[in-house]
Amino acid sequence: MRAYKVYAIEEGTVIDHIESGKGTKVIELLNLKDSTDIISMGMNFESSQVGKKDIIKIENRFLTKDELNTIAIIAPTATINIIKKAKVAEKFKVELPDEFQGIIKCRNPTCITRNEPVKSKFKKFSESPLKVRCKYCEKVFIHFELL
Amino acid sequence: MNFKKRDIISIEDLSKDDILKILKVAKKMEKNPVQNILKGKIMATLFFEPSTRTRLSFESSMKRLGGEILGFGNPKITSVTKGETLWDTTKMIQAYCDVIVIRHYLEGAARLSAESADVPVINAGDGSNQHPTQTMLDLFTIEQSQGKIKDLHIAMCGDLKYGRTVHSLTKALSLFNPTLYFVSPDTLRIPGYIRHELRTKKIKFSEHTDINEVMNKIDILYATRIQKERFPDLADYEKVKNTYILKKNMLGGAKDNMKIMHPLPRVNEIDNDVDDTKHAYYFQQAANAVPIRQAIISLVLGAEK
Ligand SMILES: [Zn+2]
Repeated sequence: MRAYKVYAIEEGTVIDHIESGKGTKVIELLNLKDSTDIISMGMNFESSQVGKKDIIKIENRFLTKDELNTIAIIAPTATINIIKKAKVAEKFKVELPDEFQGIIKCRNPTCITRNEPVKSKFKKFSESPLKVRCKYCEKVFIHFELL
Repeated sequence: MNFKKRDIISIEDLSKDDILKILKVAKKMEKNPVQNILKGKIMATLFFEPSTRTRLSFESSMKRLGGEILGFGNPKITSVTKGETLWDTTKMIQAYCDVIVIRHYLEGAARLSAESADVPVINAGDGSNQHPTQTMLDLFTIEQSQGKIKDLHIAMCGDLKYGRTVHSLTKALSLFNPTLYFVSPDTLRIPGYIRHELRTKKIKFSEHTDINEVMNKIDILYATRIQKERFPDLADYEKVKNTYILKKNMLGGAKDNMKIMHPLPRVNEIDNDVDDTKHAYYFQQAANAVPIRQAIISLVLGAEK
């Protein structure tokens, strides 16, 4: 992973402002490992907004709505840049959906979702700090603690 | 606000109108406790964690309304659940009944059951999470003893940190403009998130360590157990345990209408000599388990509207 590879792409998607350390998780959950697209990742960049950050660039690919929601769950601070002809054609923040399931686990060890084969379900509880509530055990967690 | 086929999982799923409706039907049941309105209906009680008191009151409620019951009270002596997921167990059992009452040691079990079942599911306690019919019974008792539920002065006393009963009741009461007094040792204070919620809802409340400070102000004294196990240091327990025993001689300044409630069983939180004062209301509270559960069962089965 060399710096110039992280920096310029002609066409594709740049996922920026991922909280440092979560980049590999984003790659894993988007199944990018199995992709034939060229993917580059930079870790621990300095960021004025989120402290240290990771960046992922995917060439020649534009993410689907579902993929963007997945990013929001594991990297709620992420911003998405759609690159066309080497220019930023579109730029937006991801937003944690009001309700979502799977992807992250409830941290309460006596929650039914940790003891039975059932998908976790969460509801957004508050915006800042970003908190979510397990739909089953009803416990409230700081979102980052679940990642 | 239609109750037919509705699951009763968490007190937070109930609106103020829902709560008032249940209280109204419970009052009706209290006046007319033996009826035949649930003839031909079957209630299954799935108690993955034993709780004789809760189970018997559900079963009594169903039978007094003419319904039938089936189920188990101790999962150890039944093979029904062996190696099977809760989802599957519920799917199977719902074919045999019209309503399911579930108690489970894991939080969220009742919600999962309700997702699996097409018949209504009533939560009779899921771990440390919810026990909505208990909360409804407390509200019913408060209203019954005071003739109203709005604008009351209510003290909660004992273990306010871990007590599920107190947390749910506080939430439900905040719909009815109460003034709350939380009386506990420093180590067992009401959790910060509840205090935060109360402030957001502009509910008046204060915290105390001595019940005598509020005795002359309150309409209801809700006492709960302080469990030894909650104290990391036994010396701390020894220090507070006698402060939270309610005795007859502490009730001198109490208002005439003041009633003492307790979810029972008590250990030593309330002296026996309190029992024959006009303030004791905990046995009446226990008896209210039947009308409130009769109300909830008949509402979700559509026998009451
Ligand atoms: Zn949970």
